[in-house]
Amino acid sequence: MCALCGIVGGGEHWTDGAKDFPGGEGRTRQQERQRRVRMVNKVLAHYGLSLSDWQSSTFVLKSHTGQSAIVPNLTEMWAAAQWMTKRPCDPLDPELIAALERGDTH
Amino acid sequence: MDYASLIPVNIITGFLGSGKTTLLQRMLASPQLADSAVLINEFGEVGLDHHLLQTLDEQTVLLQSGCVCCTIRGDLKTAVRDLFSRRERGEVPPFRRLLIETTGLADPSPIIYTILAEPVIQNHFRLGNVVTTVDAVNCLRQFDQYPETVKQVAVADRLVVTKTDLADPEQTSALVAALRRINPAAPLVKSAEDAIEPNDLLVSDVYQADEKMNEVRRWLAEESTRGAPAGADHGHGHAASRNGVSRHAQDIESFCLTFEGSLDWSAFGIWLTMLLNTHGENVLRVKGLLNVQDLATPVVIHGVQHLIHPLVHLDSWPDDDRRSRVVFIVRGLSRERIEASLAAFNRLGESASRTIGEPPAAPATK
Repeated sequence: MCALCGIVGGGEHWTDGAKDFPGGEGRTRQQERQRRVRMVNKVLAHYGLSLSDWQSSTFVLKSHTGQSAIVPNLTEMWAAAQWMTKRPCDPLDPELIAALERGDTH
Repeated sequence: MDYASLIPVNIITGFLGSGKTTLLQRMLASPQLADSAVLINEFGEVGLDHHLLQTLDEQTVLLQSGCVCCTIRGDLKTAVRDLFSRRERGEVPPFRRLLIETTGLADPSPIIYTILAEPVIQNHFRLGNVVTTVDAVNCLRQFDQYPETVKQVAVADRLVVTKTDLADPEQTSALVAALRRINPAAPLVKSAEDAIEPNDLLVSDVYQADEKMNEVRRWLAEESTRGAPAGADHGHGHAASRNGVSRHAQDIESFCLTFEGSLDWSAFGIWLTMLLNTHGENVLRVKGLLNVQDLATPVVIHGVQHLIHPLVHLDSWPDDDRRSRVVFIVRGLSRERIEASLAAFNRLGESASRTIGEPPAAPATK
């Protein structure tokens, strides 16, 4: 647990384990994290949700109705997103796939 | 933490009377397993003579998600923690491997989940190969009556077909064909005909530094022996019906998605975490070799239901093929939908990269 912010630290999530940084494109870990947040937000927009990075240590998920949740990784973010929207956040949903194809999830 | 240095846990599963204990007995005679501890669910007819043997009484704790595969088995948690404490105190020999024999009716998922996710256990132990015994005489019938048997086959890293000396050859061939459809990537041995090598069945796995390349080659070889291009064999439905495979087995489909070019790692992570959150119960296995953007060498991904094991980095490619190849074993999910979804998510990386001035890189599915 972080003594300053009180957030329980977990082990590294598998999605953070593929690369040594800086990567081949010169991105730092923090830049990659921000890029990941931008990408996730394109998907979350379909559900009226948004994600922001907090101190490069965790994420804050927010709904348009003012709900928010602190989530340490993508796995917990999807569980929180589903809880907030009260419906499955399903990557196999044809409407979501079509929206991503059209690029209108902004 | 060096994942490879943790104590490996092998799970021996298989239906009632399929020969789990006999297999265990044969393997424990090997000096290679002399420093192994064994946890078994019940004492069966076949006696095990091993110095570190303990029994389990099933007790499950359902976690908040309510998903059966994400349960911590209380009895197993207590037994493994206790065994480790005794090892640390010097009350039991310093075993270097743990073998767990399940009951015949067990769904192996909660056992796997307990090893991978229980907060204390995951710091000292890692999951090794899951070995499933399959009875050549009765298994096809059991597929129909007991869906657990299908799941036991689907999550296996190694399949051991027993009693082939009691079954007629057509029966065995039909069973092997059914097993291959459910789980194409697991090496298969016939215990009545083949040598039982503990090294091949238990010890050699993707986390052994000197074995991980061979293990990945084995997955790829098993996948390619199916003949048709990966993914063209839809694994269930018409072909399965023709062979009289049960509806439980027909629900399970295995296929391999192959990608030209490199994958955007962030896009892949977003997609797979989302897929497993919604459909993890029905994604029985994911195994793959990934060509990741900006990385010269491949990454091995390996998961069971909601859980992805720590990634493995290979020092080189196992062959000349530089495509990403991901084997899925799923229940009731559409291959086409999975493929379309992953392709759509991959394109997220293009626009995200363009916003910071990078050229797009779009792998095309094949």
